[in-house]
Amino acid sequence: MIEFRDVAFWIEDHHILKGVSFTVPKGKTQVILGPSGSGKSTILRLLIGLWKPTSGSIRVDGEDITEISSERLREIRKRMGLVFQQGALFDSMTVGENIGYTMLEDKTDEDEIERKVRISLEQVGLDPDLIDRMPDELSGGMQRRVAIARALASRDPDILLYDEPTTGLDPQSAERITDLVMNLRDRTGKTSVMVTHDIADAFKVGDRITVLDQGIVVFEGTPVELAAAQSPFINEFLAPFRKAVARASRGIVGGSLSAGGSA
Amino acid sequence: MAVEALAAVGDRLRRLLETVQDVTLFCVQVVRSAFLPPYYKHEIVEQIHFALVGSLFIVMFSSLVAGQALAIQLARELARTGAKSELGHFMVISVVRALGPVLVGIVVASRMSAGVTAELGAMRSSDQIDALVAFGTDPMKRLVAPRMISLWIALPVLTVIGDALGVIGGGFIGVGYHVTLQSYYNGVAKYLTPSNLLVGMIKPVFFAVLITTVATWKGLTSAGGAKGVGVATTESVVISSVGILVTDFICTKMIFRILNW
Repeated sequence: MIEFRDVAFWIEDHHILKGVSFTVPKGKTQVILGPSGSGKSTILRLLIGLWKPTSGSIRVDGEDITEISSERLREIRKRMGLVFQQGALFDSMTVGENIGYTMLEDKTDEDEIERKVRISLEQVGLDPDLIDRMPDELSGGMQRRVAIARALASRDPDILLYDEPTTGLDPQSAERITDLVMNLRDRTGKTSVMVTHDIADAFKVGDRITVLDQGIVVFEGTPVELAAAQSPFINEFLAPFRKAVARASRGIVGGSLSAGGSA
Repeated sequence: MAVEALAAVGDRLRRLLETVQDVTLFCVQVVRSAFLPPYYKHEIVEQIHFALVGSLFIVMFSSLVAGQALAIQLARELARTGAKSELGHFMVISVVRALGPVLVGIVVASRMSAGVTAELGAMRSSDQIDALVAFGTDPMKRLVAPRMISLWIALPVLTVIGDALGVIGGGFIGVGYHVTLQSYYNGVAKYLTPSNLLVGMIKPVFFAVLITTVATWKGLTSAGGAKGVGVATTESVVISSVGILVTDFICTKMIFRILNW
């Protein structure tokens, strides 16, 4: 279980997060949703310990990671797999070395690493023969999938963190990534936190959704509760999504009428 | 308005002092990281190859040419005073104690600072450094320590090679000024003493710390995308090069005091 309790975070004069609190139950997928600059990615960086909150606490399975030694934090990080916004693949390493990075660090047998890397590539829908390619030889979508494979292969983590996994991808690739995240959610049952500004993805993937606006939590609940929420910010934020859903629904109904079917 | 100006100066001074503090603490971490396990042997070997083999030709060429230029100056003046047989003596003092280590240091600093800062800066801007940390790797151990160790090995070796070529180059110039090779050799052999060698060989140890600290600090703290990395790389080369000269001065003063010269 992950708990953020009254977390505040400043960078110089900028108040990025203002008293953020939410809980991610074990085995559930929490989506952090909000417009650009609302502090979403900051939450993931605080969770993995890249940054330390100015105040408040962050607990992972009851342990406050803001109060522990760097060695203990390193041990907790090993239980997390993070997919960075642009993938953050190590560009001097092959795809295989990227995915097998933590296994190489742990001095795992090379044949075993290759076996697990090939399985990881298949799990994310990529050809295992990509193992010797360099990251810059792959498309953006493929790089993102390699990043997911790397996070998964990383010491079989209990917690998966996704930082805007579909940002910057074409719609087809983005959909493949979203489907992959949903597939992993259903298949592995791991605790996951996904940061996104894509409302459709949030509704598809999330068991619970936290909406941020300028560093403040303005909503926390299920997708159904979010769809029914009626605050000014939520209405404005969801307006394009609600319009698109309404248009899609009218399109389906109108299409069946114009094709000669009876209403 | 005067108060505002004073406050701005005070603020800049505060930031400068904070930077000096941060860099000093970082320097301690850089040196410390080279002595503590784990050791990334593959990275160390790779960095030794980059620093030593990659710099070899340019060090050899620069040292030969610089040694010859120095010899022209010295030979002319010594010939006028009737002391041209002392050319070997003065070449050893000038090259082994001073010019050799500094020239090699600046050549390697320019090359290494640019490469290291650009590489680490690119890694920083693409989140690769954060990825290393997220996967449980200490960037100091994986990225910084191999570079520190490689320079501690490469710089003294390159300095010896550079010194040798500088002195040898001077000998060829001396022949043009009617300095016999025998008298040149005698002068070199007499003054190539352990203490002169020590003076020349201690400096690369400190130069290595300087170059590694500046280059990795600039790379790991760069911001602002490609432009920021470019600025950091330029600053890294300039600071390293000037730092070599300052460090040379400080080392020379300290060593002379210790040796009571």
